[in-house]
Amino acid sequence: MSIRIIGARLPDGTSRDLFIENGRFVDQLSGSQSSGSQSIDAAGLIALPGLVDLHTHLREPGFEQSETVLTGSRAAAIGGFTAVFAMANTLPVQDTASVVEQVQAFGQQHGYVTVRPIGAVTAGLAGQQLSEIGAMAQSRAHVRVFSDDGHCVHDALLMRRALEYVTTFGGVVAQHAQDPRLTLGAQMNEGALSNELGLAGWPAVAEESIIARDVLLAQHVGARLHVCHVSTAGSADVIRWAKARGVDVTAEVTPHHLLLTEELARSYDSRFKVNPPLRRDEDVLALREALADGTIDIVATDHAPHPVEAKDCAWGEAANGMVGLESALSVVHAAVVESGMLDWSDVARVLSSKPAEIGRLSGYDSAFAIGSPANLTLYDPAASRTFSVNDLRGKGVNSPYLGRQLPGRVITTIHNGYLTVSDGELVDADTVAKDAVAGNGGAHG
Amino acid sequence: MTARHVLQQADIARALTRISHEILESNRGAAGLVILGIPTRGVTLATRLSVILNAIEPGTVSVGSLDVTMYRDDLAKNPTRAPGRTTIPAGGIDGKTVVLVDDVLYSGRTIRSALDALSDLGRPRTVRLAVLVDRGHRELPIRADFVGKNLPTSTSERIMVRLAEIDGVDEVTIE
Amino acid sequence: MRHLLSTKDLSRDEAVAILDIAEDMADVANREVKKLPTLRGKTVVNLFFEDSTRTRVSFEVAAKRLSADVINFSAKGSSVSKGESLKDTAQTLAAMGADAVVIRHGASGAPRVLADSGWIDAGIVNAGDGTHEHPTQALLDAFTIRKRLHGSASRGRALDGVTVAIVGDILHSRVARSNLWLLSTLGASVQLVGPATLLPVSTEGWPATVTLDLDAAVDAGPDVVMMLRIQAERMTAAFFPNAREYSRQWGLDDERVARLPAASMVMHPGPMNRGLEISSGAADSERSTVLEQVANGVSIRMAVLYHLLSGTGEARA
Repeated sequence: MSIRIIGARLPDGTSRDLFIENGRFVDQLSGSQSSGSQSIDAAGLIALPGLVDLHTHLREPGFEQSETVLTGSRAAAIGGFTAVFAMANTLPVQDTASVVEQVQAFGQQHGYVTVRPIGAVTAGLAGQQLSEIGAMAQSRAHVRVFSDDGHCVHDALLMRRALEYVTTFGGVVAQHAQDPRLTLGAQMNEGALSNELGLAGWPAVAEESIIARDVLLAQHVGARLHVCHVSTAGSADVIRWAKARGVDVTAEVTPHHLLLTEELARSYDSRFKVNPPLRRDEDVLALREALADGTIDIVATDHAPHPVEAKDCAWGEAANGMVGLESALSVVHAAVVESGMLDWSDVARVLSSKPAEIGRLSGYDSAFAIGSPANLTLYDPAASRTFSVNDLRGKGVNSPYLGRQLPGRVITTIHNGYLTVSDGELVDADTVAKDAVAGNGGAHG
Repeated sequence: MTARHVLQQADIARALTRISHEILESNRGAAGLVILGIPTRGVTLATRLSVILNAIEPGTVSVGSLDVTMYRDDLAKNPTRAPGRTTIPAGGIDGKTVVLVDDVLYSGRTIRSALDALSDLGRPRTVRLAVLVDRGHRELPIRADFVGKNLPTSTSERIMVRLAEIDGVDEVTIE
Repeated sequence: MRHLLSTKDLSRDEAVAILDIAEDMADVANREVKKLPTLRGKTVVNLFFEDSTRTRVSFEVAAKRLSADVINFSAKGSSVSKGESLKDTAQTLAAMGADAVVIRHGASGAPRVLADSGWIDAGIVNAGDGTHEHPTQALLDAFTIRKRLHGSASRGRALDGVTVAIVGDILHSRVARSNLWLLSTLGASVQLVGPATLLPVSTEGWPATVTLDLDAAVDAGPDVVMMLRIQAERMTAAFFPNAREYSRQWGLDDERVARLPAASMVMHPGPMNRGLEISSGAADSERSTVLEQVANGVSIRMAVLYHLLSGTGEARA
């Protein structure tokens, strides 16, 4: 099967037709195949390179009631993603070659997106000793990102060793920056509002102090550091300072930290409970600035599905986390594109090429280039919708955007040259799996 | 809708004086009389009655108020009411002749509530009822012992009792 | 008023109205027949996820004096302690036909979640949620202050110009939060006193002044000194060095009490740690309102239940 996309507007503002054959962009369709080719009218749509999420919780193995590789992949595809990095806090933990290979194989089998497992930094996420980083790096899963996300690698010596050790394999440590002692029992951003609501505070300094320590460690040992879900103005300042000093640090911000504030906690509606917590207005504005000026490199969803019962309870008893894959592009659109802080080429960078680069995922360095893998999404920026559970495709319905008006809509997603989303709806799982097996977008049907 | 005057100031004064005499007559004097007004205007009327009674038989009649809000049977059907005051004279009501005083007697439900409230406060020897206006339409087997004026009405009409202490003027109108 | 979740939601008129109704309820307590038929046929559920015999009994007596049927649903020995969720419990109570749920819960905001959830259609009374609020405690405190100041002439009055120092573990105190909002709504001026470790990191937007110095607060001659209980778990969590030092710096001892103006009252929500936050001399003095607070608790809770359950839910015009 070959695909002709007519009249798409590229992130740089130019318009042209795109041709896809055998899973790759080509300059024109070969005559023999043009008869079986599919045409997509992309008038009015923006073609973005396939989105890459460096921070997804797919929950499988172990927490299949929350999400599976299949359901999470479908949520990713409908959100315009073609690759996700799956966090290590599964059960068993992704801390051995066999577990990461299993997750990677599930992803490949389902075919909606490329699934790249993240390896745990420490065995069992216990923060005691390093996991088998080398084995995971050299496994078929080619793990390059290592993270204890959900837990901070807070022991400074262990963090130093991790930073040093992963350099052997070209990897990066993605740190969940949270001082555990400063955030004992923490429920929301610490400030006047947490005091009023009687919810234990999660002070900004608990994040900023770990980032400050880690950038200094990274510089000292000459290692690469990635900071997960930066949530405060002060964190952006620390990273800006580190980058100015030449520290090899990258950072991510979640869509929700670009749009939502702690005020939402007033309702005690646990859909808004997330870690790190939603912060103040001034933090949101500082994070947008930092994303615009490159201090923060990428947007990553921290897609964290939970079963209904984990959220249908009092705030203090509820699980942390929000689903985000399905809404990410629209939220970025609302938070930083509509305000003019980012243009679509910036979006392509922060949601595709840069996260791929940080995760050492090939094929995303030159979008739409002839010969490169055909991963793209067609996005209708003029659409607008009241976001609802009908827009979700994963198992989790813990979205903070339900009932909120969001701009834009993903119309088409193409992963390795085959369709995963067509006319705004997922292509069925069997078709996608078959296309994936055919490899590089071989013919079907 | 136009309001029609039923009683003027002088009519009200005459009615209260007559009721006072009727009370004394039926009680064979002022001994053991406790006049209890039902808030709001019943309390005002009770106070006036006690003044008249004490003028006729000096210093023997005690007066108080009996709030019935907590005993009403229609609390759930109406917005929350702020209760009124209950003040029982120092001698209490046990063994006394209690005269309940209200402005208008209508369905009888307020008086039913008052009888319940009274029984939680003590055990009077007898309980009598005095009202300024009886407009009929009783829903319970209750009648007044002393009536200022019997006033046949239709249920769509409204009886307004205004008293100088509260409303700045003494009058009863029907609208 | 459909629910009582926070004193922050109360207007001045509503608050005064509740205090006034409580005056009437207090009168009932002095009668031979201490019962009113007002809430006959209504079911009040005491849903206590945390132990608090004092508060539960107070609500129970209040509901019974108004002739409501009372169901006590305590965490101990019930399915609640076996991991049954708030949602399942609420739905069970709804099926039983509860008209009001008095909830005590360890998690801040749990009463609000219950009120907003749609799991149950009942009036919700917050009987203490986590470190958030304890509205009926604040109402009974305000009632107690008003009664001490104005006696039988209390009805209709607020607390304009009254100065109140709330002393101790402000950070974790639901009593302090509820009192802060209510007392300031009623016109009192509130000063919060405690060690920096037990004060919120930010009190921006709070209608109160803050001081670390109890002696300064005492010498300012407040009308009311409200002492908060120091929980045992604070002692081991580095909020202050030890009980002795806390007591020296922020305890209301005999010497500090003696420096207060003659009319100043000393309050404590109980149970007291005698010798820690309050000396026996202070607790048992003429100034102490501790026993009045307990008695007034029933009147206030009667008033609240009456307010929530007697009408159609709308305020009378």
